[in-house]
Amino acid sequence: MTDSTHSRRKKISLLPRGRCNIDLWLMTVPVVLFFLIFNYIPMAGMVIAFKDYNLGDGILHSAWAGMENFVRLFGSSDFPNVIRNTLTISLLRLSFGFFAPVILALMLNELRQQVYKRVIQTLSYLPYFFSWVILSGIFLMLFSGSGPANMFIKLLGAKPVAFLTNDVWFITVLIATGIWQSAGWGAVIYLAALSGINPVLYEAATIDGATRWQQMLTITLPCLAPTMVTLFILSLGGILTAGFDQIYNMYNPLVYNVSDIIDTYVLRRMMDLDMDLAAAAGMFKSVVGLILIVGANTLSKKLTQGEQSVW
Amino acid sequence: MKQTAGEKLFNGFNIVFLGGLALLCLYPFLYTLSLSFSTAAEANREGFHFFPRAVSLASYQMVLSNPDILRGYVNTITRTLLGTALTLVATCVAAYPLARKNLPHRSAITFFIVFTMIFSGGLVPGYLLIKNLGLINSIWALIIPTLITAFNVIIMKNFFDAIPESLAESARIDGANEWSILFRIYIPLSKPVLATVALWTAVMHWNSWFDAMLYITDDRKQVLQTFLQRIVIESSTQMMELGITNSSVTGFTTETVKAATIILTILPIICIYPFLQKYFVKGVMMGGVKE
Repeated sequence: MTDSTHSRRKKISLLPRGRCNIDLWLMTVPVVLFFLIFNYIPMAGMVIAFKDYNLGDGILHSAWAGMENFVRLFGSSDFPNVIRNTLTISLLRLSFGFFAPVILALMLNELRQQVYKRVIQTLSYLPYFFSWVILSGIFLMLFSGSGPANMFIKLLGAKPVAFLTNDVWFITVLIATGIWQSAGWGAVIYLAALSGINPVLYEAATIDGATRWQQMLTITLPCLAPTMVTLFILSLGGILTAGFDQIYNMYNPLVYNVSDIIDTYVLRRMMDLDMDLAAAAGMFKSVVGLILIVGANTLSKKLTQGEQSVW
Repeated sequence: MKQTAGEKLFNGFNIVFLGGLALLCLYPFLYTLSLSFSTAAEANREGFHFFPRAVSLASYQMVLSNPDILRGYVNTITRTLLGTALTLVATCVAAYPLARKNLPHRSAITFFIVFTMIFSGGLVPGYLLIKNLGLINSIWALIIPTLITAFNVIIMKNFFDAIPESLAESARIDGANEWSILFRIYIPLSKPVLATVALWTAVMHWNSWFDAMLYITDDRKQVLQTFLQRIVIESSTQMMELGITNSSVTGFTTETVKAATIILTILPIICIYPFLQKYFVKGVMMGGVKE
């Protein structure tokens, strides 16, 4: 009896399973093709960086140029400055912006009034849902010579500031508005991690006489550490990205010397139809990004004995 | 629970500080809203503009009678609706086999997809691909490249993974094939993740401007964000270069018109924001699960 039902079940599931696989492949193959065409072909298209590209011959038939484009890139007068700008902006974003969502989440977590907390949180990530075309449009008005930011400064009795055309002030505005736009959203991720902490830990700590500050240092922060490590690794991968959308919409010729980053450089070279040089700069960015993210992940794995890594 | 004096002080500070931060998040939008309803003279008055002291609808009339803006609206709505619908279907079809244990080479295919999250060919090869496919000035150039993204596939797969295999198994015994298991069982059970992906994708399409700037050269097919960019950013930049601060006397786009254009662009997002935030937060938690 047991034997016969067993063999019958096997027979039933064998046949449809063969058919299922065909269905599954019918779903998978187009998807794989999609990624092949729209993600992997562009990766292969990076060979253009090693070619002397001209429009008529296309990628395949243009002559090989070896490392000539990279030599031209790093020998040019502007690219070293572009790299310096990119790194400066990224590192400033990282050092001022990385902990902002953590602190915001911790402060929100300490709020005892639930409705108030929800209102604050909802407002805090509102800016994340708008494009930098919209946000820059607003900030260009807010920080203009006669805008409210300068109005406020005058109220304090100081002289008006050229927020958008002075090098240092422009970078300050860039970093500050960048944090303004993304900190609230970043906090959501940490709040999700916070809600997963077992309340028993806090109860035990309270019984042991730990203050709220001590509880935060010994329970909350260690529980957030894995999330912080993951996000840090991911942000290292983007260190040569520096925030193209924001910069492209906010900068102006007066501050090009401090705000021209790799992405704006690539776009400008491409618009000038210097495709191979643009591709070389783009490839430099992609490859360094990949090395950084894989390197940071490997290092994190080693240091934590495989406990903390993105993959 | 008893509170020490220090804790009370901290609580008070925390409430005030976070309230201030929330106002700081809201103020730029409030300022823009106020400007958009102001008369030109009111807009040029120095101040914080929490609300307009002299109300005028002139800038909205001006913006709404601009044929570019209306065309931009139509094009943006089209790409958003079409793009979101297609992305939903394609993401489901992409994620479903990865969630089924009987798909051979499952982890290799997953890696093939996830790898695109950390490495890309960059701007130039991507642009040349679209150009060689003949998609310049086609709405498909704005929809197809982001049709399936690794991130969406992973959060959808994670959700599908949690659906008990036994449901699919019993449907299969009843003679259902994989397509009907996906569309009759998995998709109806996955409304939260579908809403998350749909809202993500819709907001992404609504906000996109860079792809349109690259791939659309015909103004009749251009999207709203690009027109907004021309009206708001280019004129501000030009004024800065020339050192002009007062737009009303020099023939540049006035601040009130800029503000009204911005408000009209963010209005649809504000309208769906209550739905958005519920599902967005869910999406973050689902995305956090490792594959």
